[in-house]
Amino acid sequence: MSASATSNRRDFLKDSGKWILLTGAAMLAWDFVAEGAPEQAPNYNATDHWWGMIIDIEKCIGCGNCVRACKAENGVPMTDDAFRTWVERYVVMPDEPDKPIVDSPNGGYDGFVNLKQYGDGAKVFFVPKMCNHCAHSPCVQVCPVGATFESPDGVVLVDKTRCLGCRYCVQACPYGCRYIDPRTETVDKCTLCYHRITKGLTTACCETCPTGARVLVDLKNPKDPIHEFMRTHKVNVLKPQMATGSKTYYNGLDGAVR
Amino acid sequence: MHGVQGFMYPNELELQWSILIVLYPYLTGLVAGAFILASLERVFNVAAVKPTYRLALLTALAFLIVAPLPLQMHLGHPERSWEMYVTPHTTSAMAMFGFVYLWYLMVVLVLEIWFDYRRELVLTWRGSTGLKRQFYGVLTLWSDNISPEALAIDHKLGGILTVVGIPSAFLLHGYVGFIFGSIKANPWWSTPLMPVVFLFSAIVSGIAAVMLIYMVTSTLRKTEISMVCVDTIAKYLYYAFIVDFTLEMLDLIHRLYVADESLLALDFMVKTKLFYSQIVVQIIIGTVVPLALLASVQFVRWSAGARKAIYAIAGVLIMIGIFAMRWNVVIGGQLFSKSFLGYTTYKLDFATKEGLLPALIFLVMPFLILWALVKILPPWEPDATVAGELRHGTSTGA
Amino acid sequence: MSRGFRNYEHVLRMAGVFVTGILVFLIVRWVLVPSDFGVYGFYRAGTLKEVAARPIAYAGHDACAECHTEIVDQRKGTRHEKVNCESCHGPLATHASGDVMTPGKPDLKTVCMPCHQKMDGRPKFQPQVDFKDHAGDALCADCHQPHSPKIKS
Repeated sequence: MSASATSNRRDFLKDSGKWILLTGAAMLAWDFVAEGAPEQAPNYNATDHWWGMIIDIEKCIGCGNCVRACKAENGVPMTDDAFRTWVERYVVMPDEPDKPIVDSPNGGYDGFVNLKQYGDGAKVFFVPKMCNHCAHSPCVQVCPVGATFESPDGVVLVDKTRCLGCRYCVQACPYGCRYIDPRTETVDKCTLCYHRITKGLTTACCETCPTGARVLVDLKNPKDPIHEFMRTHKVNVLKPQMATGSKTYYNGLDGAVR
Repeated sequence: MHGVQGFMYPNELELQWSILIVLYPYLTGLVAGAFILASLERVFNVAAVKPTYRLALLTALAFLIVAPLPLQMHLGHPERSWEMYVTPHTTSAMAMFGFVYLWYLMVVLVLEIWFDYRRELVLTWRGSTGLKRQFYGVLTLWSDNISPEALAIDHKLGGILTVVGIPSAFLLHGYVGFIFGSIKANPWWSTPLMPVVFLFSAIVSGIAAVMLIYMVTSTLRKTEISMVCVDTIAKYLYYAFIVDFTLEMLDLIHRLYVADESLLALDFMVKTKLFYSQIVVQIIIGTVVPLALLASVQFVRWSAGARKAIYAIAGVLIMIGIFAMRWNVVIGGQLFSKSFLGYTTYKLDFATKEGLLPALIFLVMPFLILWALVKILPPWEPDATVAGELRHGTSTGA
Repeated sequence: MSRGFRNYEHVLRMAGVFVTGILVFLIVRWVLVPSDFGVYGFYRAGTLKEVAARPIAYAGHDACAECHTEIVDQRKGTRHEKVNCESCHGPLATHASGDVMTPGKPDLKTVCMPCHQKMDGRPKFQPQVDFKDHAGDALCADCHQPHSPKIKS
């Protein structure tokens, strides 16, 4: 196909097709993206949303797409001790269910390989982890200067211009989701791809998950599938005894998961 | 590569709080303890420890000045630390601590020292010339009223400040314990006993520090060490130590008995990674031996020379042991994974931002500052008995 | 009276130092706290816009569908229908926006492995094979069209 024919078709689609094909929010957001100057889409009202995520362990295949996509989307340091999301592999032996063998080689960035034969009785599964965007977040509670906070739409974010790098929040997070970015000497963590979800897109990890194990949810949206999902599945959060108000809901969360 | 055993969350591989954060509670603890010793004389009229009153205040000030420095060194952005005063998050123990520190420094220590030393400051101001005169003029705020009435007012206000200072000292170091004790994510730290344990170990280390400084400075100045004084200090040290030891044992026994999920991980850690620092240094060398030494003084009539040796050895061991206690809390709390499935190692470098060298410098610095303070505000009064009568209105008795 | 005041005077001087200090602190605070601090909560409201202003790397499947309609048709009803384009093709926002007209293609030797290499722990619904046993040195794409992977006999 010749270049001019392609660009003519592009223009045609841009002008007419988008009015039909794309949703209202994505449409406006697309304009911003197309102009190369993405800002918060003007019709985004934070108080209309309360974001969370469903992670379905029964669907996770341990491919590591989410880890790679997150690092690419958010410019996360490529070292093996800085992850906004990572995947853990659990091997639960039948005779020692409370002593699982867990590993997360480079956070699951390169996927996993079979390490050894565990035998027929072993139960093996993958658990993606991330910031739980807690509604009663202990990390927000301990920040001395208001550099980390929960946005009006339920996303826990970091203000890198105010963070002191004291690491109190890193100690306070029960899930180990925070790290220090050595380039800015401030704390960093999953932002639930705030720059994407405010434009009607989904997060990078959900976009690239091939099995739909990770799904962004909006708890304030009555039409969001999460409501039906919670009704029909056995859903849990990590470390419920800490009462953090975690908004990362797991389906199929085995008792061995830490 | 990171020295990991078992499984740790990927973001946990490196420790976040280093030896500088071990040093910080150690230094503020010495402040609180030194002040409590000073208040023994002032508020509870334990006249025997009077020779150490001013020395204890100056020691507290010297350590308090240095205490924030390891914190600043540790921060990713120390140039933003003013934010803690300008936008303090009221739910954050660390933010509120900034004000507790400021209160303690300015209102309790600086004011009390000023009221106590004002007479000498004015006399020095009157008697000096040139730059020294300017300097002392500033220190006295150019007010040279040292009439008995004015001094009586100073004495009364100083007394009030000391009474206020005792709970302030408790707050100062209890807060540091609360900073750790309130972190529910970390079972090694999360206990309501943490502020109390921190406070009592602070009192122990502070009293031991002043006792040692008194003995060393007296030896250097070739003056007599008052045995009544050190015997009394050692007695209070002994009592405080018993309470501290009881609290730490209570925490340990409770953990072992309740045996919840975290115990297996912690138990393994204490037996392996923390064996030397906790069992050997903190418990045996730092607690059992000095406690036995101090206890022996209560039951055996040692000679003065023997008692001095016992106090010196016990004092040094206590200082080491309490440092080990801070180490075991801060570093120990980060050696195991929050998944309870693994352990990492702490690599202490030497000449880096958070290495051993800056830690040693911060440990030495308070003594240099104390030396300077002792020159500006000499704690050795030539007319000690006169000043004593001024205070107590009676002759001093043991 | 004046004699009493004279004895208190130094205390008042010290009190003056403290009051001055507090005033200076309050003035400095008024200057230093950003004007948008505390609007929504205990944080600087401008952070929300700053975080949201980050350029995106993944365009999202709707953007691909806008132009590549024939691929969308090809994938309808196949097992890869719900696998979004950028799962295999990588981040393509710069292509979708028109900056990069010819993005590279995925490496056909390795792109299928992370999902389809046989491995413990993968749920049963996931098709997996041991690559060496299954195809030897051949490429997956030699037999399976990635946008419609089922081999039609």
